[in-house]
Amino acid sequence: MIRSLPRSKAYDWSFRCFILLYFAFLFAPLLVTCVLAFNDSNFPSLPWQGFTLDWFLASGPDRIGLFHDDQNLRAIVTSFKTALCVSILSTVVGTCASFLFEKEEFRFKGVLYFLMLAPLVIPGVILGISQLLAANTAGAFFDETFGIDIEVFRPSFWLVVLGQFSFITTFVTLVVSARLRKFDHSLEEAALNLGATPLGVIWHITLKFLRPAIVGAGAVAFLMSFENFNTTLFLVGSEPTLPINLYLQVRDGSTPVINAVSLMLIVGTSLLALVNVYFTKKAD
Amino acid sequence: MQYDLVISRLVKEFGTFRAVDDVSFEVPKGSFFSILGPSGCGKTTLLRMIAGFEEQTSGRIEISGQDMRGVTPNRRPVNLVFQHLALFPMMNVAENIAFGLRRRKVPAAEIRRRTEEMLERVGLPGYGAKRIHQLSGGQKQRVAIARCLVLDPKLLLLDEPLGALDLKLREQMKVELKKLQAKVGTTFIYITHDQSEALVMSDTVAVMNRGRFEQVGSPQELYMDPQTPFVAGFVGDNNRWEGTVEEVEGETVLIRTDEALVFRARRKADAHKGPATLFLRPEAMVIDPVGTDGLNTFPAVVKAILFDGANSRLLTVTPSGHELLAALPQNRAFDHIRPGAEITLGWHPHSGIVFARREERP
Amino acid sequence: MNRSGLFWLFLTPVLLWLFLLIVLPHVDLFILSFRTDEGWSLENYANFFTEPIYWLTFVRTAVYSIITTLLTLVVSLPVAFYITKLSRPRVRGFLMILLLLPFWVSELVRVYGWMILLRESGVLNYLFLQLGLLERPVEMLYNDATMIMGLVYTSMLFMVVPLVSVMESLDDSLVEAAYDLGASKICIWRTIIIPHCKPGITSGAIVVFMLVLGNYLTPNLMGGKNSLWFTEQIYNQFIASFNWNQGAAFGFLLLALSSCIVWVGLKLTGQKLGEVAS
Repeated sequence: MIRSLPRSKAYDWSFRCFILLYFAFLFAPLLVTCVLAFNDSNFPSLPWQGFTLDWFLASGPDRIGLFHDDQNLRAIVTSFKTALCVSILSTVVGTCASFLFEKEEFRFKGVLYFLMLAPLVIPGVILGISQLLAANTAGAFFDETFGIDIEVFRPSFWLVVLGQFSFITTFVTLVVSARLRKFDHSLEEAALNLGATPLGVIWHITLKFLRPAIVGAGAVAFLMSFENFNTTLFLVGSEPTLPINLYLQVRDGSTPVINAVSLMLIVGTSLLALVNVYFTKKAD
Repeated sequence: MQYDLVISRLVKEFGTFRAVDDVSFEVPKGSFFSILGPSGCGKTTLLRMIAGFEEQTSGRIEISGQDMRGVTPNRRPVNLVFQHLALFPMMNVAENIAFGLRRRKVPAAEIRRRTEEMLERVGLPGYGAKRIHQLSGGQKQRVAIARCLVLDPKLLLLDEPLGALDLKLREQMKVELKKLQAKVGTTFIYITHDQSEALVMSDTVAVMNRGRFEQVGSPQELYMDPQTPFVAGFVGDNNRWEGTVEEVEGETVLIRTDEALVFRARRKADAHKGPATLFLRPEAMVIDPVGTDGLNTFPAVVKAILFDGANSRLLTVTPSGHELLAALPQNRAFDHIRPGAEITLGWHPHSGIVFARREERP
Repeated sequence: MNRSGLFWLFLTPVLLWLFLLIVLPHVDLFILSFRTDEGWSLENYANFFTEPIYWLTFVRTAVYSIITTLLTLVVSLPVAFYITKLSRPRVRGFLMILLLLPFWVSELVRVYGWMILLRESGVLNYLFLQLGLLERPVEMLYNDATMIMGLVYTSMLFMVVPLVSVMESLDDSLVEAAYDLGASKICIWRTIIIPHCKPGITSGAIVVFMLVLGNYLTPNLMGGKNSLWFTEQIYNQFIASFNWNQGAAFGFLLLALSSCIVWVGLKLTGQKLGEVAS
C-alpha cells in the first residue's frame, strides 16, 4: 500500500512502469521539439539529416535562423517588455491587495475579496473580449465627448499589459497573502514600539519578511505574462507577443525555426523555474 | 516622590465588556512594579494601553508628567518586551538592537558604540553578528530587553517574557532581571500570572482581578496582610474555611466554621457578625503543639505526606472531611508521622484572617 | 502617515484594478450582448438557440470539458500517490521539480511538440513505419481523442499539485491503522484516501475544468475541422465576422456556464471559493 506497509513485487513494478510512462508522456513533446531544432532538414520531422545550428545562426538566403529572424526577435522583445511591465505592476498592486485583505477590516471586504478571486473563474478568452469591448467603449466615449483619440484604448501594447495585469494580480495577491498570514503580528507592534513610523514598519519589517514571496510571485507573474495567449489574442495590436507570433507561424505551417524558438523558451523558463524553486526553498 | 507613570481612573471597554475597570495607580521612578493576575484579568490590555496599542475608553495615562492620549506607540517614551519577544528574524542581533536607534537617525558610529555597550551590559559581548535562531531561550530574552533598554525608555514594559522558558531557566532569569533592573535603574512594569515571579522581583505588586486592582503593596504586605479574599487566595497557598462570625471583639473575631470548629482569628475591616471566610497559611499551623495556651486547635488525620524538600507539607483531613495543608518542617521531629496518623493541629489566632463572605461577582 | 492613510494607500490601487479592469468590462460585456446595430434586442441570444451549430458547440464543449476533467483526475491520482507515499523521500523533491518543469513552458510549445510528434509526417509515424508497425502513415492529429489527450496534457499540473499537497497532509499512520484493522487496498482507497483528498480533488477539478473550458490553443491546433470549441466560436465572431455583439453574447454564455458549474461543484462538496483558491 504505502512505503511502510508490505507490498507485492507486481504492485511495485506496475506502479513504477506507470510513473515511467507518465514521465515519458510528459517530456516526449518537449524533447522532440528540442532535438529537431538541430536537425539539418527543412521540416521539423525525422529522418535525422545531421546536426546543424542553421536554425539559430543562418542568415539566409535559403535558411534564416532565429538570430536573424527580425519578426521573431521583435516578438521576443515585445514579450519581454510586456512581461516586465506586467510583473512590476501586478506585484505592486497584488502586494497592496494582500495587505488590504489580510490586515484591514472594512465594510464590503467580502465583496471585494470575491471580486479579487473572480479572475480565477473567468476564462482568459472572456477576460480578453470584455476588456477589448470596454476599451473600445471607453475609446468611443472619449472620442465623442472630448474629441480626443486615446491610443491606449485600441488594441495595443498597453492594452495587452492591462489585460494580463487584470488576472495575474490575483495570483500575486494569493501568493503574498499566504506568506503574510504566517507573519507574526507582534513584530510590527515591536517595531512601532521601538519608534518606527507605520510606513517604516511596513518597509523595514513586513516587506522584508515578504520579500521571498514577492520575488517568487514576481517571477511567476513574469512567466505567466510572457506565455499568455488567451487574453492577449484579443488585445494585441501591431506588436504581437511571442506566443501570438508563434501561433500564427504554427497555424500557417512549420519550420524548424519554431523549434529553435521553443528550445530557447524551454531553456529560459526552466532556468527561471529552477531559480524560483531555489529561492522558495531558501525562504522556508 | 517622582512618578514615571501615573494612571487615573482608566477604563477600557470592548463592547459591553469592561476589560479594565476604573484603575488608578502611580509607579515611582526607578522601581520594579508588577501587575499580577490570572489570565483574562485585563493586565495585558492595561499594558497595551500604556504602550499605546489600545486606546482607553476613558481615564488618563501620564508618563513623566505628560498626558499620553493621542500619542501613537512609536512616539511614546516606553518600550515593550513582548510575550514571545518579537525579535526580528530577518535581522541579526546587532541589527535588532540598533533598530530603534536607526529610526531615531542616530549617527552610525554612535549606534555601533551603543549597541556594543548594550550587548556587554546584558552579558552577550560579541554576539552582534549572530542570527536570532542561533540563540538560546535565555539569550533571546536578553536581546529583547537590550533592544528596548538601548533606547533609554522612561518605562520598560514586560509582558510575561519568562512564560516561554523552562522552569530552571525561569528561576535563573528572575534573579538576573532583578539584578539588571537594579543596575540600569529604569522603571520596570512587569505583568505576569506567576505569583512567584512577581514576589521575587518586585518592589511593588498590584494584584489585578476582573479588570480591577484588588491590592497594591510590597510583596511582604500582600503575603502577610492581604486586604481582600481574592488576594488571600491568589498570593501564596492558603487554607480556607467557610463559617459564621459569632462575636466581634475589637481586632479579633470568634468564628464557627461550617463543620462546627470554633476559632479565634484576626478580623479584617469589613468582617462582622454573619457569613465569613477564614484563611490560614499552611506554615502557620503547628503539628502536635506542646503548649496549647492561646492557640486554636483541632484534630486531623494525615492523608498523605507531600515531600518537597524545604517546602514539604502534610495533606490532612478534619473529621468532617475538609482537606487542609500543613507545613511539615524538615527538622526530623516529625519523621514518625505516617499516612493515617491522628494528629492535633494548632495555630495562633493572629495567623488566621477572617473576611466577611461576599457574594462572588459574576 | 497614520493608519487610515495606509488603508487608503492599499485600497486605491485595488479598487482601480477591480473596478476598471474586472467589473466595468464585464458589465460592458453584459450590456453589449443585448445590443445589435439597430438597438436593444435579444437577437444575439435568439441566434444562439436557433442555430444548432452554436448550441451544439456549446454543449459539446461543456461535455468534453467534464470528460477531460475526469480523465485528468484518473491519471493524476496514482501519480500524486506515488510521489507522496511510495517514492523514496530523497527522490521526492526531484520528482516534484521534474513534474513541474514542463508546465512552466508555454502551452503553445507543448502543443507544438505534440503536433510534430503526431502528424502524418510526424516523428511517431516515422518511427512506426521504420519498425514496420504501420504500412502507411496515419494522421493522428485533428480528431477528438487527440484533442482530449492534448487538453489532459496541458492541464494535468493543476490537478497533480493540489493532489500532492493534500496527500502529503495525509498521516501515514491512518493508512497503517486501516491496514492493521484488516482493510483491503480498495477499502483503504475508498474510506481513507479519497475522503481525505476531497478538498484537493475539488480545487483541482475546478481549476482544470475552467482551463479546459476556456482553452483556445489546444482545440484549435489539435482538434479536427468539425470539432469546434466554443472559444473558437467567440473568436470567429470577434475577429472573422466582426460581430462583437454576438461575440459578447457568446462570451457571456460561456462565463455563465463556467460560473454555474464551478458553483455546483463548490456546493456539492461544501467548499468555498476562497478555500479552493488557497
